[in-house]
Amino acid sequence: MINRPLALKLLSAFIVFGAWEIAGRVPVSFAFPTFIESMQALFRLTIEGTIFTAYAETLKPLVVGVSISAFFGIGMGLWVGLSQRFEWLFSPIFIVMQAAPLAALIPILVMAYGIGLTSKVFVVCIMAMPVIVLNTASAVRNTPASIKDMGKSFLATDRDIVLKIVIPAASPVIFSGLRLGISAGFIGAILSELKITPTGVGDIITYSRSIADYPSMYAAIFSIIVLAVLFLNLLERIEDFLFEGNNRGYVSD
Amino acid sequence: MSQTNDAFEKSEPVDMDSAVSVRSVSKNYGTVEALRDLSLEFPRGQLTSLLGPSGCGKTTLLKIIAGLLEPTSGEILIEGKKVTGPGADRAFVFQDFALLPWASVIRNVAFGLELRGVAKSEREAIAEKYIKNVGLSGFEKSYPHELSGGMRQRVGLARALSVDSQVLLLDEPFSAVDEQNRRKFQEDMLELVRNENKTFIFVTHSIEEAVYVSDQIAILLPRPSRVSEIIRPTSFRNTDVENIRRSPEYLDIVDQIWASLRNYVE
Repeated sequence: MINRPLALKLLSAFIVFGAWEIAGRVPVSFAFPTFIESMQALFRLTIEGTIFTAYAETLKPLVVGVSISAFFGIGMGLWVGLSQRFEWLFSPIFIVMQAAPLAALIPILVMAYGIGLTSKVFVVCIMAMPVIVLNTASAVRNTPASIKDMGKSFLATDRDIVLKIVIPAASPVIFSGLRLGISAGFIGAILSELKITPTGVGDIITYSRSIADYPSMYAAIFSIIVLAVLFLNLLERIEDFLFEGNNRGYVSD
Repeated sequence: MSQTNDAFEKSEPVDMDSAVSVRSVSKNYGTVEALRDLSLEFPRGQLTSLLGPSGCGKTTLLKIIAGLLEPTSGEILIEGKKVTGPGADRAFVFQDFALLPWASVIRNVAFGLELRGVAKSEREAIAEKYIKNVGLSGFEKSYPHELSGGMRQRVGLARALSVDSQVLLLDEPFSAVDEQNRRKFQEDMLELVRNENKTFIFVTHSIEEAVYVSDQIAILLPRPSRVSEIIRPTSFRNTDVENIRRSPEYLDIVDQIWASLRNYVE
């Protein structure tokens, strides 16, 4: 017996992929391959090993950028959220960063940091960091006063209050910031490979498009979406494991 | 010098047997006077209710005793020692329970001990005992959102009992609990006061509840708050719980308190 959520997921995947297949067969556009062609291309890329060498390249800025964003983003968010004084200083920076048209900023980054890894890490960070910082800060600021009072009345030190009360209480919103930030980081990684220098998955996309091998191009795009979804699921598992009681059934399986 | 100080501290609790003394405490929020020159004694081993209309500063006073708020002037003495902040001699039960939603019942109950650095096995053994005492055996691994309001407050009560403080501060503990559970709680309170040798300070807005559970009722009147009256029920305290609500003295006191409070209810 398949459980209901899984059945619904399979059904929705079937509908989406079915619609893709039909749209490809019509065809909507000469440049739009069918689902089956794309999967064949993905299979071919996998057998050849191209996709693995591509990801070895793409994951570098992605992993470095996302780690930096998560670590410093949460740290800075905690700091901004806990202190009354620094909010006015930092919040505007991150709100501007969040709203900035990134593609227009890339040439400036390239002038400053060249076309190497540094610029790409920067793009990932600019995409991922603001939402992590802003979510963490507002979650920390909204910790219920009564559980902080509870901590104080049971003789918690300031350190205990932050580690045992504020962070766990803020964790659902921190994790939702991480989810949004990491998805934005994936976009940033691909964007940097399209806009700065074509390497990794960005190279497969650019190159396949230039030789009109559309199935390969869509296979590459599809693979990055799958990777992002898998990663976000992993993140939910981590959250569920760390803060079990916070889960009121909204964490998907 | 320190010997003289010691002598003074030991001579302090001579004035009857009060565990907690509030000495001319005032509290201002900006220009608003919440408490003015309030003094009150809390006898050891008894339950004292703070009763009054809403906005009369009962919770403010309780938080000052807890050390969560600083008085503008005046002082609080616990067993003759001046309160400067939260202390191991006091435990707090919160109106909204203040449980950690991500922690199981046993971790919530043991949380006070966890903050005091008690080893895990030891604190869980103590927590286990109080979970059983408040009637929650079998729910150790549950999370707060899986419990009813009454059960959540039992967790809050077990947490306060497990740190074994001399003074228990309860801030409208049953106001978010349904009527039937509240009656059960009130009966349990009487038993707790009898069995645990602790001093209870109980904030409530329910006249019946105050008269039912208290050894001493302090009526607070608002703007600015002061103690208007102290009532000590005598005759029904040692009767069975079933007979308290039928005792003439119980009914008289309820009426008398209502008569003095009705003018202050908007």
